[in-house]
Amino acid sequence: MNGISLARRIKDKAFLILVCLAFVIAVVPLVSVLWLVVKNGVARFDAEFFTHSMRNIDSTDAGGGAYHAILGTLEMVVLASLIALPIGILTAIYLTEYGQRNRLSRTISFFVDVMTGLPSIVSGLFILSAWILVLGFGFSGFAGALSLSILMMPVVVRSTEEMIRLVPTDLREASLALGVPKWRTIMRVVVPTALPGIITGVILAIARIAGETAPLLLVCFFTDSINSNPFAGPQVGLPQFIFQQAGKPDPTAIDRAWTGALTLIIIVMLLNLIGRAIAWWKAPARSR
Amino acid sequence: MSSSTEIIEQGGPDARARPAPSGGHIGDRVFRGMSAGAGILLLLIMAAIAAFLIAEAIPALQGNKANFFTTTTWNPDGEPSVFGIAALAFGTVLTSLIALIIATPVAVGVALFISHYAPRRLAAFLGYVVDLLAAVPSVVYGLWGLIFLVPVVQPAWQWIHDTLGFIPLFSADQVAGKSVLTGSLVLAIMILPIIAAVSREVFLQAPTSLQEAALGLGATRWEMIRMTVLPFGKSGVVSAAMLGLGRALGETIAVAMVLPAAFTVSFQLLNTNGNSIAANIANTFAEAAENGRGALIASGLVLFVITLVVNMAARLVVVRNRGDA
Repeated sequence: MNGISLARRIKDKAFLILVCLAFVIAVVPLVSVLWLVVKNGVARFDAEFFTHSMRNIDSTDAGGGAYHAILGTLEMVVLASLIALPIGILTAIYLTEYGQRNRLSRTISFFVDVMTGLPSIVSGLFILSAWILVLGFGFSGFAGALSLSILMMPVVVRSTEEMIRLVPTDLREASLALGVPKWRTIMRVVVPTALPGIITGVILAIARIAGETAPLLLVCFFTDSINSNPFAGPQVGLPQFIFQQAGKPDPTAIDRAWTGALTLIIIVMLLNLIGRAIAWWKAPARSR
Repeated sequence: MSSSTEIIEQGGPDARARPAPSGGHIGDRVFRGMSAGAGILLLLIMAAIAAFLIAEAIPALQGNKANFFTTTTWNPDGEPSVFGIAALAFGTVLTSLIALIIATPVAVGVALFISHYAPRRLAAFLGYVVDLLAAVPSVVYGLWGLIFLVPVVQPAWQWIHDTLGFIPLFSADQVAGKSVLTGSLVLAIMILPIIAAVSREVFLQAPTSLQEAALGLGATRWEMIRMTVLPFGKSGVVSAAMLGLGRALGETIAVAMVLPAAFTVSFQLLNTNGNSIAANIANTFAEAAENGRGALIASGLVLFVITLVVNMAARLVVVRNRGDA
């Protein structure tokens, strides 16, 4: 390093500092958000919050809970997954195993990318106009699940596709050479080999839609009461609950919003950790 | 890999020429049909989104007594019905562009830190930490922005106004915590992870031989990055930024909670200005009557088209690069 002039060394160090600074700047909001959510959320993180709804509870009243919203989110996410997973995984199989670079698969691939960038509120507007306004169904949790499934599909397609592409061609050839039909090769050899990766992608996709608020505002309507039937009547999800409580001026409502945020973050982070743990745990096995 | 899979590929025009494996013929056709059907269904959904939004927007647009593209007020349920996208579209693009200006340099720094500065063992973990930023739901950012950030930035904005108020951007009648700049700041935090993640991938693909050659010729680390990594990653960063822009344009809840929902067209970033198409839909949907819903759907259609163009442009940059490489 002796031959390097002072000016060059200073520039080098200055850039090192800038880059480290950028990382710190990026992490500050994350720490701030997590810290405040935990600090303000624990106040109402009690049994009542998880066992009661907001029925007959005014925004100035203490107490009340998000049981109805947590239930709604769970039901909507399960329904959305039931719709999006088969479509997403089958599309990924078509893209990787059947339609290699033909026109249809290129078109699908392009529009999957476009769909990834679809604003969540637009998927809500679509379900509102198609399902509720044109077809005449009422506001319901299922309508919310439909709009969430549209947001979930492209994520599932992309992650599944990536994982299936990692499956060695030798495995497919070996199976086909033994006379196993192609579809059985896919179902019995290709998909099982890629399964841990597919599961990781699915869990991350679920984590993404669990926190979506915008479409639910448009198609689930709103309720303070427990509605365990996602197919009839308004239902509310946890993100909606947070949005609604945060919009009120009373500290009791704001406290409920923070606890709702804490609950939502715990759910989303747990899903993320589980998803990544599966990927990490299975990664060495694949290369073995 | 692709060439060898094409050899064993049974589908396509030559499939019928080859004898199908016994018992697999029908199963193969059904399975192929199902997977192609799923893909086609995806295309149909995209088409249906455009079709239904247009169909539901038309009646409201026909009843509109003002020019949809130049009017700044939003009163679709009034008599006469008057509404326009101008203020909303302006607010959407303004907040997103400022968010992009704030987020991109930081994101590129973060990406370089993870790809070229952090110790190899730590890099994966640090990348995961940045990805966590993307995992926080947008409503939580909204809550954080509304309750914590808005009061905190108020004095900072006041200071910027006092010192730099002579610049039109920072002039204001009344400096507000809920302003365009606050909204942009929250958006910047939310789009940073995606820009950082895509840039990181591109930087990691920069040819090692060039980097080693630069270092071998006596370049410092910064010189090596400037001469080999940045030129290689430039277009990747551009497409990453555009993906981030697409995300910012469509972001709803956080913006709805932090922006003051004003129908103004103004570059005064610190004033009580700022609104966005998505935020307006979330804020006013509950009170909208039939015509109001149609108007909101029309505004959603505009948002759909804007994000579609931005995302397609971003993908085209990526595809063109792949072709070059």
